Amino acid sequence: MRFRLELWRQADPGADGRYEVVEADGIDAEASFLEMLDHVNERRIASGEDAIAFDSDCREGICGSCSLVIDGMPHGPRRVTSCQTFMRDFEDGQTIRVEPWRSNAFPVIRDLVTDRSAFDRIIEAGGYVSVTTGPQPNPNAMPISPETQEQALDAAICIGCGACVAACPNGAAMLFTGAKVTHLNVLPQGQPERRWRTLAMVEQMDEEGFGGCTNHGECSLACPQGISLDVIGMLNREYRAALRGKPVAGTPGMTAQ
Amino acid sequence: MSTVEVARGRSRPRELWDSTIGKKIVAALSGGVLVAYVVLHMLGNLTSLYGAGDGHARVDRYAHWLRTFGEPLLPYASVLWAVRALLLAALGLHVAAVVSLRRRSLAARPRAHRAKRIGRSLSSRTMLLSGLLLLAFVVFHILQFTTLTIDVTPLREGAVYANLAEAFQTWYLVLLYVAAVVALGFHLRHALWSATQTLGVDRPGRNQAIRRGATALALVVAVGFAVIPIAFWTGVLPQP
Amino acid sequence: MTLDARIPDGPIEQKWSAWLDAHALVGPRNRAAHTVIVVGTGLAGASAAASLAAQGFRVKSFCFQDTARRAHSIAAQGGINASKDFANEGDSVRRLFVDTIKGGDFRAREANVWRLAELSENIVDQAVAQGVPFNREYGGALATRSFGGVLVQRTFYSRGQTGQQLLLGAYSALQQQVAQGMAQVYSRHELLDVVLVDGEARGIVARDLVTGELERHAADAVVLASGGYCNVYYLSTNAKGSNVTATWRAHRRGALMANPSFTQIHPTCIPQSGEYQSKLTLMSESLRNDGRVWVPRDPDEQRPPNAIPEAERLYFLEERYPAYGNLVPRDVASRAAKAVCDERLGVGATGRGVYLDFRDAIAERGRATIEGRYGNLFEMYQRIADEDPYEVPMRIYPAPHYAMGGLWVDYELQTTIPGLFAIGEANFSDHGANRLGASAMMQCLADGYFIVPHTVTHHLTKQRAPVDESHPAFDATVRDVQERIDRLLAVGGTTAPQVFHRELGNVMLDKCGMSRTEAGLCEAITRIAEIRAAFWSDLRIDGDAGHLNQSLEYAGRVADFIELADLMCLDALRRAESAGCHFREEHQTEDGEPLRDDERFATVTAWEHSGEGAVPVAHDEALEFSSVALATRSYK
Repeated sequence: MRFRLELWRQADPGADGRYEVVEADGIDAEASFLEMLDHVNERRIASGEDAIAFDSDCREGICGSCSLVIDGMPHGPRRVTSCQTFMRDFEDGQTIRVEPWRSNAFPVIRDLVTDRSAFDRIIEAGGYVSVTTGPQPNPNAMPISPETQEQALDAAICIGCGACVAACPNGAAMLFTGAKVTHLNVLPQGQPERRWRTLAMVEQMDEEGFGGCTNHGECSLACPQGISLDVIGMLNREYRAALRGKPVAGTPGMTAQ
Repeated sequence: MSTVEVARGRSRPRELWDSTIGKKIVAALSGGVLVAYVVLHMLGNLTSLYGAGDGHARVDRYAHWLRTFGEPLLPYASVLWAVRALLLAALGLHVAAVVSLRRRSLAARPRAHRAKRIGRSLSSRTMLLSGLLLLAFVVFHILQFTTLTIDVTPLREGAVYANLAEAFQTWYLVLLYVAAVVALGFHLRHALWSATQTLGVDRPGRNQAIRRGATALALVVAVGFAVIPIAFWTGVLPQP
Repeated sequence: MTLDARIPDGPIEQKWSAWLDAHALVGPRNRAAHTVIVVGTGLAGASAAASLAAQGFRVKSFCFQDTARRAHSIAAQGGINASKDFANEGDSVRRLFVDTIKGGDFRAREANVWRLAELSENIVDQAVAQGVPFNREYGGALATRSFGGVLVQRTFYSRGQTGQQLLLGAYSALQQQVAQGMAQVYSRHELLDVVLVDGEARGIVARDLVTGELERHAADAVVLASGGYCNVYYLSTNAKGSNVTATWRAHRRGALMANPSFTQIHPTCIPQSGEYQSKLTLMSESLRNDGRVWVPRDPDEQRPPNAIPEAERLYFLEERYPAYGNLVPRDVASRAAKAVCDERLGVGATGRGVYLDFRDAIAERGRATIEGRYGNLFEMYQRIADEDPYEVPMRIYPAPHYAMGGLWVDYELQTTIPGLFAIGEANFSDHGANRLGASAMMQCLADGYFIVPHTVTHHLTKQRAPVDESHPAFDATVRDVQERIDRLLAVGGTTAPQVFHRELGNVMLDKCGMSRTEAGLCEAITRIAEIRAAFWSDLRIDGDAGHLNQSLEYAGRVADFIELADLMCLDALRRAESAGCHFREEHQTEDGEPLRDDERFATVTAWEHSGEGAVPVAHDEALEFSSVALATRSYK
């Protein structure tokens, strides 16, 4: 197959970017989008040109490294990661525009590579249960219903790729933050820090400069893990409860007589 | 630990306003006040459908009642003014929150690279447009029927029915009012569901019901408002 | 050099507790004065970094990915073993120990494996406390399943993404320590050398991959948790970025490399589709419970699979192993698939593939049952291979996916360089010559959470002069690293690094993969020398070292893979026996089963680097089996 690629090129974080047109021919329809770029790079290096930088690692859709906006869609047309997008999903001879994640909270490092450390800082703010290594209680001493486990896992499968931010017209990180808050706040282990976690993570999310959510729902449509918009509702609910200082469900508030 | 602990020292309204979710809660709650008013206003308008009533139209009596409500315990029109103050405050908060959020969003994405539309509904992506149109319309509407400043057609204080009947003989006013309520319908369709999501009322099990309910209410409000100018224009409602 | 594994005395059940009771401690107030470097943020690295920081040591954690959460442990699917006996089947530490030793074909160290089995119980508790959502039974208790052909249900899991959930647990524990100011994560950093002062590991030189700057980081101990090296085969189930550089650089500085030829080739992977494929995707081996493996009998068969009549199909596993059939262990299944493909019977465009057919299972049990069991795997296959496995047989082929070999470590997980520890897949592990399913994550987390924090502590109590980044040893090491980068950039040829890597992979898979011969290994060594020469004369790297340069990163890794490949072949050549994954065709029984030589090779072979161009020196650590008797595996 043959494609005409319009690739975003940017030398450094501060540099001006531009699109470079690159012809890619002799592409196997079975090649993934990243393998197509590998192929292009291999030829460019052989012919004395410079390679195009892009992030990837596991190449099986789970690590969350790959991050290409393909023809305006984060990860491409199929609601899977860039590495699981195959060239057979495109027309022979098609022009394809390839961009990095577009968000001011994810500055471009070079070409198609962005800095997504803002997500790490959101987790750092409260995306954990404060336990340290050591003897822990018998895990069956705190039974968790399969429904609760499923609800937590449906959110915990987030791969932290950032497609939600790239898809959002507001550049909001609510789906990511909502997924983490949902994961921990529905589990019994997450209860002691529930309120604090929610406030801290939302505050960090705002600090990073992500936009506000207007409930378009496009983050969820772009999410390769299919994380539901419900995690945003959950985050909103948790935040409101946290702000009101409502005690954690199940723990009666004490009143001074 | 540090930033969050410091943050806890702020007053609660401040904290609410400082966060994106908090601002959205403000927008949702203030929007809720406006929606409640809009529904009552629509119901009040519908009293026009009782017709001219020998010079004592139901809608005129209704307008009078709004002003005398609470008398003699409260001075004339005091409740009306209280409601007006509340509405103004809600509108102010709503607009301020939205403007602030909008500025944030613009700063969060590089302007040259707008996001491709993936699944935004027409009503969700036109929220800003419909909101601005409504704001402009509300100003015009108040200047016309409340303060009687814009008098393209003859207007008399207290004669609501007559004023409406007169005004809606003019085709472009009918068109303007119908267009405005269509914008209102679109605005409400996304706003009503979105507010439940923002307030965390929406849950997986209720989602479809809430979305359908939002669409239904938006439709009812739009039709309820549109029916009056159309009825006058088509002559279904008689001249006074 | 004599290898001393420093195994504590006493009965095997008490060795670890005896060691814990006797090891030296650092007082809480003195801990912050010590810095520990942890390289790699997978299950082993993240858990070690989080645990050491929680103890109060200053931790510097390094990963080449853009965030710690992306390390390749994230891709582990199946589950994690623990001898908790929640299913009331009579499981025990001893049973897990015996299964692991036997599964490894008696090429692992008993004392380490016992400790692993013992600690397995704590891992699940730790993960649950962190909020890892393991699957639950209706009553809310943890669910378990059986895995990898053992007789008990000791595998805990989170759907098909247990690795992801465990890694996110360890990563969140690490982020908590970052928030506490005890740990610092250096993402997009790659270790390029280990700094030795007076023979001890006292720091590393790392390249900031964004700015290209070479950074010096001094420490009192260095822990390598940099994963395995199966990417030496070019195509493997490993992540594209997985590499041997950290361990190889340590090896060149004096750490011994043990059993490098022990690499596991997993039978059920989606075959390569073309020349430009960059990785192979693993599918759970549970598929072999219902799928039948076959190839056409006629090498020139052109018909689509469903048009080939029963009589013309060769169900080679069922024919050769009537007792176990399609359920023979990984190494046996892999070798058999390779053998039929070598006879030109393979299917698919490349001829390197065999059918895994569900036709009979669907006919017998109904589509709904098969969909219930394997729905997500079928979906994944369809997405990648673009074929409907309900209608057309799947095509599978073995792929390299785990390295049992790695840096030699003693009981304290310390390499032959004092102060340099290796954990997880990076060390020659507790898996001997073959790893059982659901035990990789167990080993990584046992090492990281429960072993290395104590053994590092013990090391830190030994008095030594403080070292900082201005020490001349750092100058010298930075100079070495810089020289090597300059050399890579100066080659000035016309060929991209991946071309050499692909060539190397072809040689390794063919000659040092599923089955090996003396002649083949000798040929491979010659071919590797040629690839090495070509690499250093025809490589081209675009750009310079002053910014993000993925070609430069890749070239450095390929250069190390080439050197490792040579050592793997030497190791495979020297080990004149067949054990587990290591199948030497000269050493097989009459019916083609692997033949161990316990007289000569009940050992760990640890290789010492002896300088550029010199032949490495082999050292043997004898393995003693006193708690479990040596026995032969049979699947006929």
